[in-house]
Amino acid sequence: MTNEIAKTKLSMTVNGRQYTAEIEPRMLLVHFLREHLSLTGAHIGCDTSHCGACTVDLDGRSVKSCTIFAVQADGSQVTTIEGMAAPDGTLHALQQAFHEHHGLQCGFCTPGMIMRAHRLLQENPRPTDEEIRWGISGNLCRCTGYQNIVKAIRAAADMLASPQRKEAAE
Amino acid sequence: MIPGRFTYHRPASVAEAVGLLSSLGEEARPLAGGHSLIPMMKLRMAQPEHLVDLGRIPGLKGIRQDGNDLVIGAMTTQAEIIASPLLGDKAPILIEAAKVIADPQVRYAGTIGGNVANGDPGNDMPGLMLCLDARYSLVGAGGSRQVAARDFYEAAYFTKLETGEILTELRFAVPATGHGWAYEKLKRKIGDYAVAAAAVTLSMSAGKCTAASIALTNVGQTPLLAADAAKALIGSGADAAAIDAAAGAAMAVADPTTDTRGPVEYRRSVLGVMVRRAIDRAKARAR
Amino acid sequence: MNAPTPSREERELALKGMGFARRRTEDARFIQGKGNYVDDVKLPGMLQGDFVRSPYGHARIKKIDASKALALPGVKAVLTANDLKPLKLHYMPTLAGDVQAVLADEKVLFANQEVAFVIAEDRYIAADAVELVEVEYEPLPPLVDPFKSMAADAPILREDIQDKLEGAHGRRKHPNHIFEWTVGDGPATDQVFATAPVTVKELISYQRVHPAPLETCACVASMDKIRGELTVWGTFQAPHVVRTVAAILSGIPEHKIRVIAPDIGGGFGNKVGVYPGYVCSIVASIVLGVPVKWVEDRIENLSATAFARDYHMTAELAATTDGKILGLRCHVLADHGAFDACADPSKYPAGFFNIVTGSYDIPTAHLAVDGVYTNKAPGGVAYRCSFRVTEAAYCIERIVDVLARKLNMDPAELRLKNLIQPQQFPYKSALGWEYDSGDYATALNKAMETVGYNALRAEQQQKRDAFKRGETRELMGIGVAFFTEIVGAGPSRNCDILGIAMFDSAEIRVHPTGAAIARFGTKTQGQGHETTYAQIIATETGIPADMIQVEEGDTNTAPYGLGTYGSRSTPVAGAACARAARKIQAKAKKIAAHLLEVGENDLEFDIDRFQVKGLPEKSKTMKEICWAAYNNVPPGMEPGLEAVDYYDPPNMTYPFGAYICVLDIDVDTGSSKIRRFYALDDCGTRINPMIIEGQVHGGLTEAFGIAMGQEIKYDETGNVLGVTLMDYFLPTAVETPFWETDHTVTPSPHHPIGAKGVGESPNVGGVPAFSNAVIDAFAHLGVTHLQMPHDAWRVWKAAEKLGLVR
Repeated sequence: MTNEIAKTKLSMTVNGRQYTAEIEPRMLLVHFLREHLSLTGAHIGCDTSHCGACTVDLDGRSVKSCTIFAVQADGSQVTTIEGMAAPDGTLHALQQAFHEHHGLQCGFCTPGMIMRAHRLLQENPRPTDEEIRWGISGNLCRCTGYQNIVKAIRAAADMLASPQRKEAAE
Repeated sequence: MIPGRFTYHRPASVAEAVGLLSSLGEEARPLAGGHSLIPMMKLRMAQPEHLVDLGRIPGLKGIRQDGNDLVIGAMTTQAEIIASPLLGDKAPILIEAAKVIADPQVRYAGTIGGNVANGDPGNDMPGLMLCLDARYSLVGAGGSRQVAARDFYEAAYFTKLETGEILTELRFAVPATGHGWAYEKLKRKIGDYAVAAAAVTLSMSAGKCTAASIALTNVGQTPLLAADAAKALIGSGADAAAIDAAAGAAMAVADPTTDTRGPVEYRRSVLGVMVRRAIDRAKARAR
Repeated sequence: MNAPTPSREERELALKGMGFARRRTEDARFIQGKGNYVDDVKLPGMLQGDFVRSPYGHARIKKIDASKALALPGVKAVLTANDLKPLKLHYMPTLAGDVQAVLADEKVLFANQEVAFVIAEDRYIAADAVELVEVEYEPLPPLVDPFKSMAADAPILREDIQDKLEGAHGRRKHPNHIFEWTVGDGPATDQVFATAPVTVKELISYQRVHPAPLETCACVASMDKIRGELTVWGTFQAPHVVRTVAAILSGIPEHKIRVIAPDIGGGFGNKVGVYPGYVCSIVASIVLGVPVKWVEDRIENLSATAFARDYHMTAELAATTDGKILGLRCHVLADHGAFDACADPSKYPAGFFNIVTGSYDIPTAHLAVDGVYTNKAPGGVAYRCSFRVTEAAYCIERIVDVLARKLNMDPAELRLKNLIQPQQFPYKSALGWEYDSGDYATALNKAMETVGYNALRAEQQQKRDAFKRGETRELMGIGVAFFTEIVGAGPSRNCDILGIAMFDSAEIRVHPTGAAIARFGTKTQGQGHETTYAQIIATETGIPADMIQVEEGDTNTAPYGLGTYGSRSTPVAGAACARAARKIQAKAKKIAAHLLEVGENDLEFDIDRFQVKGLPEKSKTMKEICWAAYNNVPPGMEPGLEAVDYYDPPNMTYPFGAYICVLDIDVDTGSSKIRRFYALDDCGTRINPMIIEGQVHGGLTEAFGIAMGQEIKYDETGNVLGVTLMDYFLPTAVETPFWETDHTVTPSPHHPIGAKGVGESPNVGGVPAFSNAVIDAFAHLGVTHLQMPHDAWRVWKAAEKLGLVR
């Protein structure tokens, strides 16, 4: 085996900021985010792409960042939990709703859960409880039993769809 | 949890991709959605020295109608299949199947090409392709060829795909207007592979079944075309006796293994149940 | 002119004291991805450690060759048992009085046991290096059936203690035997069974499972050679215990060791004990002089860290013909794996399993537990078990159902007939516990009424008839579970961890501007302590919860405590919290009297202030009193306002509950669909109903997973199966049922605020409710028991055996 480690250049936009790096192609996106960019919100909870704790938003898709090489995200737009609040610190409706409805306990699944819920609400702005459960079926939680998470996502959907919000946006 | 080292290649065209795969040989693997390959690499069950990323090659995505065929590019994701109005209208069984594959995140990345080409008997799409009698376009350094899905699968992880070839698209005849369809899959939980699954398409006319196609998933080394099961339906009223006969014929060709999903006899019996339920639902949908 | 005094309602709302559904203060960092979990810790020069693990369940190690690994650029060291021997660290003491190999010494005893520890510049290089360590094994016959562990020809597993005829708990019957623990009156119980008109007996196995918190175990060890100080960040539910153990093992004086448990992503008992990864990281850091991080992956977590259960319980009940239980006799074969690493109080090798008389007035009982070694991962006590209470509750709730079948009595009716009555409290059980309080019949009746129990039974009968007629392929099951559990370990007279009594502690320091900081000896892993302890302090002192900072987990600042597991935080540290807060209130009262120039007896406390009795407008708010504590205290009084309390509980606490599960089984696939799950919990005084509800939801979801599909299995060659999340059943939001929660309140008479704790109740009561429901679906066909888990294929096999499958 060669001792020379060939590196690949990449550049990606994360939470609106451009980063360039030279890394081993085998570096997983989750490690790139956590260790190179010190964005430790995405977490690792399994080895087999089941738990979803590493979920981020990549070019408008929910992806498990532990199952993507960082080089595959070259040129992409990535949003992580750290990019969900507004620049002035105002929390996203999902963050507020998770807090209001006790949608988290240990917090380990929470970044991935919120990132997935964020994309879910783009796909389906007014989901039923059943659709929410199916929509987060790629995210495991060991603490909450999901019930308050579903409540939180419903509440966020209502908040985002409310007329006051729409007016403010326009 | 950490993959082994590899050299990364990012071809800009199919020609470049197959050129790389041919010259690098057995030590190279194509990277499509990566959601079968990368998990295996993380467990070091696969340690390719080269990865050829197909993700930037134009022309490998898309769902279109071409004459009487529906054509799907190999790099089309499961999520794109679910969202396709064309498939929703003309071949909804594919959407029903895609919805029971894995979970939302995996469906955003996983491609139909990856799902049909790697020969994993647990994958859902190969059974659909047998049911729909699809044809795969395989492109290698020497040119392109078409292989019927029904001829493609040889054994677990062994297919007609040669080293240096990639699957670029698949096509199947538009199912008959008014056809009935269903994909019935029993799984332990969301995201799991099938304990057993059955894909059924059929046509009814004046109370008689005029056409039927049945394929079975994860009850053998490859997806299985249950030809005798389909024959048992054709010409009948798809009544209880015919459905019994079809289920029995399907169970007879099934060859499941015992795994954590259950013992052989359980999986074979469940396969029968899946065939019955799929036929019931297909029949209810047929016009 | 003064601002108008807010109303009492406004003051209560501002206080956010006990009973309030206070939103959590810890949420802010978690919802923004700014939690500080162990793997988030990054220190300059930090290296990463990773284990070489055994592929065999039982084998001799002939040779370890690390040369290729050491030659890989970026690899700093490879540790084996031989490196740890001079430090006497190749074995470490367990909490159960056994020793456990840190790195396998001459033989491996379970699949994935730690054999060598590789330390490298980053985790990628470490992973490569692990592959390069070459180990030569000579396989030995594996022992995976606990029922065969004491056979004459059984392979001897623990050669390291082969000559020890006495274990930590008395005589060992066989080289693979660990302990025998008996309690109760054997002869009297045998006599009851010899003469009873009705007896039932059943082997009830509780399969090996694993708590699987979403965050795996991890640590960062950092030895500062200049200061002689060791700092260890880790996933520790009991940080002070880890510090004390580290001091004893390493020889570094305890005041020079700082243990920090930062944010923990779920514990559930998986993060109580000390693991080889922690010890190896500490040794590596000391030797190399730089920080060393170890983070296990999921397969390692599921296959090598503290598993749960693996109890084979033969239970018997004796009764009268009209259903009065006369006696209980129980034998347990406990499979502890290769080392007894159970996190039990040291006098209880089978935990508190002797709660197995449950909620019933059983006059005579006897229990015997035999613990044995097998070629499996070490442990046994974990997963919201309250020290084997999950096993005990499952045992009694199942055998009561078996008795109901035998007597042709409704399972709820049989329970009502035998529940301990309110006037019997405090109740001394036949196996040695004194239950503090309970109102059982009220709770069970409320549960039955709420779900419409009688109508459900009628529906079940109709559906059974319809099934016989071929009109449906579904069978309906109704599962009842009434549990009493025992938590809040515990009184120093019988509860200790490695000799340290199981008290707990609270330290509250109030600042001049009316804010406070409070520290505890417990350690939250998601239970919301930062929110709830502040609520207790708020109610007891009148300082608003929003003005109280709660900290846990840093042994440099937190008072000594035994940590959080076994639902002990509320009963023990919560009591210390209330008592410390009351000391502050008492001092505040004296200061208020001084400020108001009245006698203490003229004052009464009202929400957030002291006021003169009969003259409420003459008052001092706590805010004013806090300021005065720093400049105007009565003569002779120390300035400042702080209090410490170390609480040695007089007794355990006994939460209880009534759970009812309704499900429908699709006989042809064996799949169960949960139609309804109702859980009534009584945890005494309820500090924060929102958090209680969250705990119940989470525990029930764990119980659902256990009952319906979780299993860590070993095959006959010693391979461990089901240790990825592909196969280990963690339910998603789709499978997880909707939980209906309810409550009654029966305070604990001996607890300062009457609270009992609730975290583990849903796992304790949930599993029997699910299991009883599945078995109930087939009860009319003569089925008395089916082994868990009730995954679809097993349920199908049961149906097939009954001739129900087409």
